[in-house]
Amino acid sequence: MQAAKKKMATNTESATTQTSPSTPNSLVSIRSVAKKFGKNVVLRDISLEIAEGEFLTILGESGSGKTTLLRILAGFEHATSGEVWMSNERLDTQPPYRRRVNTVFQSYALFPHMTVEQNVGYGLSIAKRPAAEIEQRVSEALAKVKMSAYAKSKPSKISGGQQQRIALARALVNRPQVLLLDEPLSALDANLRREMQVELKALQREVGITFIFVTHDQEEAMVMSDRIALLRSGELEQVASPREIYSRPATSYTAQFIGHTNLLHVDVLNGTAMCDRLTWPTTIADGEALFSLRPESIRVARIAPPAIGQQKAAPSVRFRATLRDQVFHGATELLRVECAGGLFLTIRTASRDLPKGPLEFEFDAADAVPVRSTRLGSNFMGSTTEESSTKESNASKDSDKKESA
Amino acid sequence: MFSRAYRTVVTVPPVLWVAIFLLVPYALMFCYSFWSVNDSGAIVHSWNLANYHELLTKPVYWQTLLRSMWIAARVMFFSMLLGFPLAYFLSFHAGARKDLYYQLVIIPLWVSYLVRAYAWKTILGTDGVLNTLLQYVHVTKHPLDFLLYSPFAVVLTLTHIYTPFAFLPIYASLEHIPRNLIEASHDLGATPAQTFWRVILPLSIPGLLAGATFAFVLSLGDFLAPLLLGGPSGIMISNIVVSLFGAAYNWPLGAAISLCMLALVLALIFCSERLEKKWSFQ
Repeated sequence: MQAAKKKMATNTESATTQTSPSTPNSLVSIRSVAKKFGKNVVLRDISLEIAEGEFLTILGESGSGKTTLLRILAGFEHATSGEVWMSNERLDTQPPYRRRVNTVFQSYALFPHMTVEQNVGYGLSIAKRPAAEIEQRVSEALAKVKMSAYAKSKPSKISGGQQQRIALARALVNRPQVLLLDEPLSALDANLRREMQVELKALQREVGITFIFVTHDQEEAMVMSDRIALLRSGELEQVASPREIYSRPATSYTAQFIGHTNLLHVDVLNGTAMCDRLTWPTTIADGEALFSLRPESIRVARIAPPAIGQQKAAPSVRFRATLRDQVFHGATELLRVECAGGLFLTIRTASRDLPKGPLEFEFDAADAVPVRSTRLGSNFMGSTTEESSTKESNASKDSDKKESA
Repeated sequence: MFSRAYRTVVTVPPVLWVAIFLLVPYALMFCYSFWSVNDSGAIVHSWNLANYHELLTKPVYWQTLLRSMWIAARVMFFSMLLGFPLAYFLSFHAGARKDLYYQLVIIPLWVSYLVRAYAWKTILGTDGVLNTLLQYVHVTKHPLDFLLYSPFAVVLTLTHIYTPFAFLPIYASLEHIPRNLIEASHDLGATPAQTFWRVILPLSIPGLLAGATFAFVLSLGDFLAPLLLGGPSGIMISNIVVSLFGAAYNWPLGAAISLCMLALVLALIFCSERLEKKWSFQ
């Protein structure tokens, strides 16, 4: 009770210094955080509210600043500017050992001179808990990650996947308010990784602790997260639920990074979007625009209509195209087709044999989502001209690359 | 994989080197230790244990050995006392100047051992730098004479000379501690002091053992520092060996002492390596 009162007191004191009001159930509040290493800007103006019990994934390519942001939350790095608050207390001014935050490290960072048991009990023993309590909580934590049999082993004697579980148990046993996970699955092989993704998500639901999970793997982010915060070159590109971020990408970068997409350069005139010879109704303002059209939104048309290409103001857009390439992926396959005007599109369909030559395709106009053009930073490999380049080649160069990888 | 000729060229020189400069001398020493000297100073090639009997019965030998070990132990202690904090500072807090400081620790090793020992003689003598200074600032009226020609001088000089040897393995072991272990410890609530005692120190034990062994073994066998700075009370076991091989011309007894020393040192190194293995986790 007293502790709670104390918190309330600090809250009112700090109310004047707060730059933005925190949302009601927000646990962690990141406010305008920026980080520079020398002249190198790694993070700029990151603001993010993380709710209690939420599974938030910070997703980004290598060099996007995602690990730096996590390290700022853990206390291993200091933000150059901005603040971090947790439970209405300033977090970023406290040393890492005072924060009620625990980390699962990418390389696990288990203490090699301690047994599995001692590793898991380290935090409790530092906190000077009674021996009986430590023993009980450690054995509970080990049971939770199914590692009870290895309690007396040294970390060097167990496999990577097992070390990963121990690292998780070592962090969770302290009942932190927030668990930070720095690409904890990246060292595991593909099958174990998928298994752990499901287990980790289940575990998070069970313990109800806020998870902040860093990864570069968009699929992993989709599987596990309540929300995804997509980071690009140190800036937040979009923060939304996996479903939202996939179906309603805000920017061309989001559309291309999360899943695969056809990025269409479109001219809008009087509520009609025109891309090459495809047209569909839209509500956005006149001018040039970018649309994202997911490969699975396009399907092979069932009946061949007489008219070629367009059906104005109809809910679905039909067009004729020639199959150029077909890549088998098991349940689905990717088609690369060339439309009459020379526009290339990527299409994902259920696997089946298709005749060579012209085919009819269609998609629902609502599936073509307008996206903001992302100015690609100077540190980005491609030049800024990529998006304004020839319309013919705009159909998801990236998605092809990703698919073949 | 490699031709016969190539293998011969590569293997023969080192094998010859070891045989001529190591195995043969040791074998000779081993033989000598069981021989004796007659009154006219000639070596008598009859096998007996008289030398070893003399070592065990005459107190001067094992007393000197004990004194040598006591001096070596003190050198070990002080060089660890200096070497560990130095290595810790360099490894964790030197930042960008790390390489510079490292070179500064190494550079004294390039200076001749003799020069450094003589330097201490100049500093510690009755008319030396230290005594002059102490009298000048009126700390003492008369020069302090315990400074030179005493075990103190030997310990001081050997500590100065062998601290870099103790420093190097400690530094290497500290550098090998993954930094994320320290972060993990802080993350789990341990203060920097708790992290030091529970993570850093245990993980640097192999380096500490290696450094301690270096300092002890090297100073145990030293004979120049006691010769130059030790005086009668600072005589060490190697000085006896030197005089037995030189002025006393009793090679068999000298060989017997040398073999005992060799056995002692090998046993020490063996134990220290066993312990290092027990504490190493890489």
